Amino acid sequence: MIEFMLNGKKMTTTVAGDTPLLWVIRDEFKLTGTKFGCGIAMCGACTIHLNDQAMRSCVLPVSAVAGSEIRTIEGLANKHPLQKAWVDEQVPQCGYCQSGQIMQAATLLATNANPTEEDIVNHMNSNLCRCMAYKRIKSAIKTAASTTAGTVAIYDPQADDAKEIS
Amino acid sequence: MPNLKNRQQDLTEDNVDLSKRRFMIGSVGTSMLMAFGGLATVVNSVSASELLANKSFSPNVWIEMNAEGEVLINIARAEMGQHIGTAIARIVSDELGANWSTVRIQHVDTDPKWGYMVTGGSWSVFQSYKPMSQAGAAGRIALIDAGAKLLGVSADSCTTENSFVVSAGQSISFADIIQRGKFDKTLTPEEMTKLPLKPVKKLTLVGKKSQALDIPAKTNGTAKYGIDVELPGMVYARPIVPPTRYGSKVKQVNDQEAKSIAGYLGYEVITDPSDTLQGWVVVLAKSYPVAMKAVQAINVSYDMGPTAKVSEVEIQQEGIRLVNDKNQGFLFVDDGDVNAANSKAQTNITATYKTASVIHFQLEPLNATVEFIDGICHVHTGNQWQSLTLPTIAKALNLSAEKVVMHQYFLGGGFGRRLFGDYVIPTALVAQKIGKPVKLIFTREDDSLFSQPRSPSVQRFDAAFDGNNELLSVEHALTAGWPTLAMAPGFMPESIDKKGRVDPFSSSGADHWYSIENQQVRVVNNDLAQRTFLPGWLRSVGAGWIGWGVESFIDEIAISSGQDPLEYRLSLLDGKGKNSAGAKRLSKTISLVKDAANWQKELGKDEGMGIAICAGQERTMPTWIACVAKVKVDRTSGEVLLKKLTLIVDCGLVVHPDGALAQVEGSALWGVSLALHEGNSFRAGKISATNLNSYSPLRMNQVPELDIRFIESEETPVGLGEPGVIVVAPAIGNAIYNAVGVRVRDLPITAAQVKQQLTI
Repeated sequence: MIEFMLNGKKMTTTVAGDTPLLWVIRDEFKLTGTKFGCGIAMCGACTIHLNDQAMRSCVLPVSAVAGSEIRTIEGLANKHPLQKAWVDEQVPQCGYCQSGQIMQAATLLATNANPTEEDIVNHMNSNLCRCMAYKRIKSAIKTAASTTAGTVAIYDPQADDAKEIS
Repeated sequence: MPNLKNRQQDLTEDNVDLSKRRFMIGSVGTSMLMAFGGLATVVNSVSASELLANKSFSPNVWIEMNAEGEVLINIARAEMGQHIGTAIARIVSDELGANWSTVRIQHVDTDPKWGYMVTGGSWSVFQSYKPMSQAGAAGRIALIDAGAKLLGVSADSCTTENSFVVSAGQSISFADIIQRGKFDKTLTPEEMTKLPLKPVKKLTLVGKKSQALDIPAKTNGTAKYGIDVELPGMVYARPIVPPTRYGSKVKQVNDQEAKSIAGYLGYEVITDPSDTLQGWVVVLAKSYPVAMKAVQAINVSYDMGPTAKVSEVEIQQEGIRLVNDKNQGFLFVDDGDVNAANSKAQTNITATYKTASVIHFQLEPLNATVEFIDGICHVHTGNQWQSLTLPTIAKALNLSAEKVVMHQYFLGGGFGRRLFGDYVIPTALVAQKIGKPVKLIFTREDDSLFSQPRSPSVQRFDAAFDGNNELLSVEHALTAGWPTLAMAPGFMPESIDKKGRVDPFSSSGADHWYSIENQQVRVVNNDLAQRTFLPGWLRSVGAGWIGWGVESFIDEIAISSGQDPLEYRLSLLDGKGKNSAGAKRLSKTISLVKDAANWQKELGKDEGMGIAICAGQERTMPTWIACVAKVKVDRTSGEVLLKKLTLIVDCGLVVHPDGALAQVEGSALWGVSLALHEGNSFRAGKISATNLNSYSPLRMNQVPELDIRFIESEETPVGLGEPGVIVVAPAIGNAIYNAVGVRVRDLPITAAQVKQQLTI
């Protein structure tokens, strides 16, 4: 039995320890916002946060996250400034990669209040967008950075004082 | 590919050509419903309300206005990134005079009552604009008629705005009218065409900035794609894709090792009466990761199909043979007298252009979930072309088409791969056989092996000049595997020399808008390609690879005759004869791009600019685009740095400007990706680069500066999803020539290719 925190809730699973976390999140815990793309950690559609670090869940064995905090797109609870920026800048086309793009970008803004163009490209280059909405992904990250003061602490659903972001 | 769909629909029983349909408006419950009639609605005696209540109407699009005056627009179409529902909803709502904040869209499922369901009119706004405007106008007039009576004024004195009927100081809301009015009206197609439409200048939604209605769900994980479907009691499955697309037979399956994996449920060897799948095994498990693992542990031996050794090089060699043999193929264009012109030739130039296999690589891997309920096969999947897919599924299952229903979801990328839904068949057959719901997902590698690649292609051009370096003639021969031959042969028109049928989607683009007096285009099917794989319709389709040749060779002609490539194009776009309808609009895009890109100015060392133009997917639905690419070439490595793309687009009236811009941004970057970053190859009968460790679509660090501008226009809106792809590769190739004098003729353009010519 493997135990971990998923978006602030304690979860347990009995699947084989080598099962990629992606399928546990999607099929066992029914959080389907995290997507399957390449299966080899090279497209980023499956990006989640493991203890606040962006990780590719398609190759992450569930045994490796025992006792850890996992956050998925659902865990941002529509309150992250990137999500508003994504709508304002009309970023998604087919949308399939966008959960992963937002999760990847969130870890940039968590440590870098004002990322440069180069910072953004370096941080986001490992996330493929097959519709090639790259220009808008870049501008939405800039918008989110410019509309927030300082770094963006990622919303913690457990925290009582979690602020609603306007 | 709107026109292709249109042709398909013309042949189907449930024709969705809305211009021949009645339009019905009726009260149903507490709502007002509006819809185009289905075929069953030709009976005059039945009231519109009754037909609407029974859902006896075309599922193409239908509109419900509830007692609160809210508008729900049901769209039976695939959403795959183009925000088509938003565009259609804005067209309808503008004519209706509805308050946009009360408008919602819904992508509806097929309904068994509708039987054989067609995906929809088209992806592009092109075919929807007029009927949807008329539908909105019909609704407006019905609301005005009822509202005027309630207000005690004449209908002539009324207009609609913001979901109110308004007449000189008085007003009544749509909600009140719907609650108090009774609607039961049918308009004939003739009456529909006579409805007064708002002049473009009076439109308040169309052409104005707006947000797409499908986007919020795509930022928070709630957007539901085919891969997100879950049914109670379902079994998970992964296919084992055979070594050849055709002719493989399963000899033996050894699953001894898999049996020790907890959750492994066995395998099925597929027998497919539709013959789409040949030599397939499907592995079943209690979860998908177990199915993935089990496939690794299973060994299948095959009698391989006859193309098990075919390589990309062999396909291209066959292509070269076919374009060089004038007895091969059929004529697609035959203007003037090429032979007579050639007899006067003093000089000639010849060039051969090639493109490598490329694959769609839509990010959501192919998948389907299938369940049988009371003898009806329910298919849950994202699909672009149900009218083509559904009959094949029915054939595979030995069921009539009425017994198959397809439920639609968001598509995690289409790009043409989800037109013909061959990927549904293994799921459907296994679900039928085991009597349980089945969810089958292709891994990325499975998806690539079962891809419908854009065929490798070869084009040969021969131009003849007189003693004054004036162009006398152009002969163009082109060959590839033909998608339409493989998937919809009924839609291939006869060639102009009446010798056979040609795939319009492997020919369009060769019939360009330049006036060349003596011109012949010969199209040939590459039979080896056709036998080796299923050629796909990939975003921009034929024009995507044909434009590479046409627009590069025009540059070669211009340079041979000592002229500026941009000015030379303008001189050929004289709008004479068959080109009268569009050459002027195309010329205008060139003139504008010349200024926008600062043509041939401010170029540094080893930098160059190239131009290319296109007229969209087909002459019958032209989208006019001119593109200038600016590159810098590293003479040591041969690396090409794409610095900037400037595009001028004339697509008529732009209905949803931000969506239109997104389509051109995406398609232009697809063009970059296909030009510089994507090249696959067949090896041992199969696609060789199956995942991102060997196939490398464009990434963020490779995005050039983009300057995209639309021409303001009130002309009929046309499609935008694909044409941006076409112009980019030749613009880059021409820019490379301009920079360092190297003519690249193979896609993708590689540093090695450029370097080789630099050092000669």
